[in-house]
Amino acid sequence: MKRDLSVTVAGVKLSNPVIAASGTYGFGEDYAGLYPLNLLGGISCKGLTAEKRNGNPPPRIAETPGGVLNSVGLQNPGVDAFIKEHLPFLKEKADVVIANIAGETRDDYRNIAEKLDGTDVDIIELNISCPNIEKGGAAWGVSADGAAAITKTVRAVTKKPLMVKLTPNVTDITETAKAAEAQGADCISLINTILGMRIDVKTRRPVLRNNTGGLSGAAVLPVAVRMVWQVANAVKIDVVGMGGITRAEDAIEMMLAGAKAVQVGTAIMTDPYAPLKIIDGIELYMNDNNITDLSEIAGKVLPW
Amino acid sequence: MWQCGVYPLIEKKLISAGIYSFSVECPDAAKAAKPGQFAHIRISGFTLRRPVSICDADKENGTLRFVFEVRGEGTARLSETGVGDNIDIIAPLGNGFTLPENPARRVVLAGGGIGVPPLLGIARIMKGNAAAILGFKNSGKVILEKDFKRAGADVTICAEDEGVHKTPIPPLAEKLSRGGVDRVYACGPEPMLKAVVAECKKRGVECEVSLEQRMGCGVGACVVCACRAVRGGEELMLRVCRDGPVFSGREVFP
Repeated sequence: MKRDLSVTVAGVKLSNPVIAASGTYGFGEDYAGLYPLNLLGGISCKGLTAEKRNGNPPPRIAETPGGVLNSVGLQNPGVDAFIKEHLPFLKEKADVVIANIAGETRDDYRNIAEKLDGTDVDIIELNISCPNIEKGGAAWGVSADGAAAITKTVRAVTKKPLMVKLTPNVTDITETAKAAEAQGADCISLINTILGMRIDVKTRRPVLRNNTGGLSGAAVLPVAVRMVWQVANAVKIDVVGMGGITRAEDAIEMMLAGAKAVQVGTAIMTDPYAPLKIIDGIELYMNDNNITDLSEIAGKVLPW
Repeated sequence: MWQCGVYPLIEKKLISAGIYSFSVECPDAAKAAKPGQFAHIRISGFTLRRPVSICDADKENGTLRFVFEVRGEGTARLSETGVGDNIDIIAPLGNGFTLPENPARRVVLAGGGIGVPPLLGIARIMKGNAAAILGFKNSGKVILEKDFKRAGADVTICAEDEGVHKTPIPPLAEKLSRGGVDRVYACGPEPMLKAVVAECKKRGVECEVSLEQRMGCGVGACVVCACRAVRGGEELMLRVCRDGPVFSGREVFP
């Protein structure tokens, strides 16, 4: 039986709860020939900075047990090129477009948000959690004060729904979540990658040219589920869960922990069809369990 | 446009120590494939696919041939695939080599080690107009010599312990100095590629190189497989999977 998989996040209705995560889906163009992009609940585009960035030197990726370590370093064409060259296509092909933005300074975030405010992106996702750039990014997201400052800055210049993407590389993630909520965030998304490192024992060199990188993939799911659960219990605004989701069961687990929607990233590298398989699996779960609305499972974990 | 699907392995050969030749039946990808393109192969138990260059595309029989070296755990697992087993493949990916419009032009193929396989498709198209200079660590590591000869190429084998030349660079320089070479295509270790590009620059001959880099998605979305290039004075960070794997030698080794 056909089920209604729609959910509402930050006041925006998604046809289903599966969003392509920032950094793994580009601006949608590369996958548009494979299946209609509007089959996804939404697309969070590659993190945008004020100016074009070339990112870190390669190698920028390595396989790890159950996951991937990456250190791209926010390579992107810059917000102006996004608005001009990529957004029109995305708006035409995708359902909900989430613009992920990152900066070094408060001015960066303000400028990018001001530019996007005049466009028809549906949601702005504040990336205060990229582990792969020296300045900015996660430097803001590792403290409640930093998270509050960036959220406040962006909130002041846009009425767009604001999703604040948190880093797991903190002592207590509920503190940054609450700080973002207090400054007007509409939604929290988590987790960005976990800072990690691998060393080649033959060459004694780190496997990434950047030495360290962000860990993602199935291996991080338990950390992500735990943090989503903690944040969902600490804030009243919506939570979007991500980190290691590769199957429908993982997505449902994340929703039970308190997420209204989920993002899928690394799994797309393994299988470009992963988001669609997850959507189908969620529908199957709804059928099997006679669920008519996903709000029936959001946050419905039964903790001991 | 590339395909993503599951296709059967129909032939498997160990052609040298640790080097396998796989033929996979995937007619649509075989029909679309151009020399220099690659496939992104999923390996059970691993998160990242492994990029493997397409050695040959048999459009009539609908097969793609891959020749790969076991380098780590992923390729070791791939080598355990049995005939009849399915392989999850995204192909054909990347841009491929720019072949001369006139197949009567003379080209040189410079290959080193596991960089030799992607050049075979060019030899087949260029028939007798390709000179293949293929370098290997030692004579025990020589692969595909017969295949290049069968394609009609004029083959020079270079190895530390065999033949006149130890590396492809001296015979390449010799061929270029004689003139009449329209273009050079190269794939192999980076020091070799740099030397090939330097020789071509000296003689003013166009050169295309196929690069290798650790990849994520393979289709251009994740921008993991970066390659620095200079185009029109501007420094660019290109994607090996989408903007390459074949690049103008001048742009990536300026």
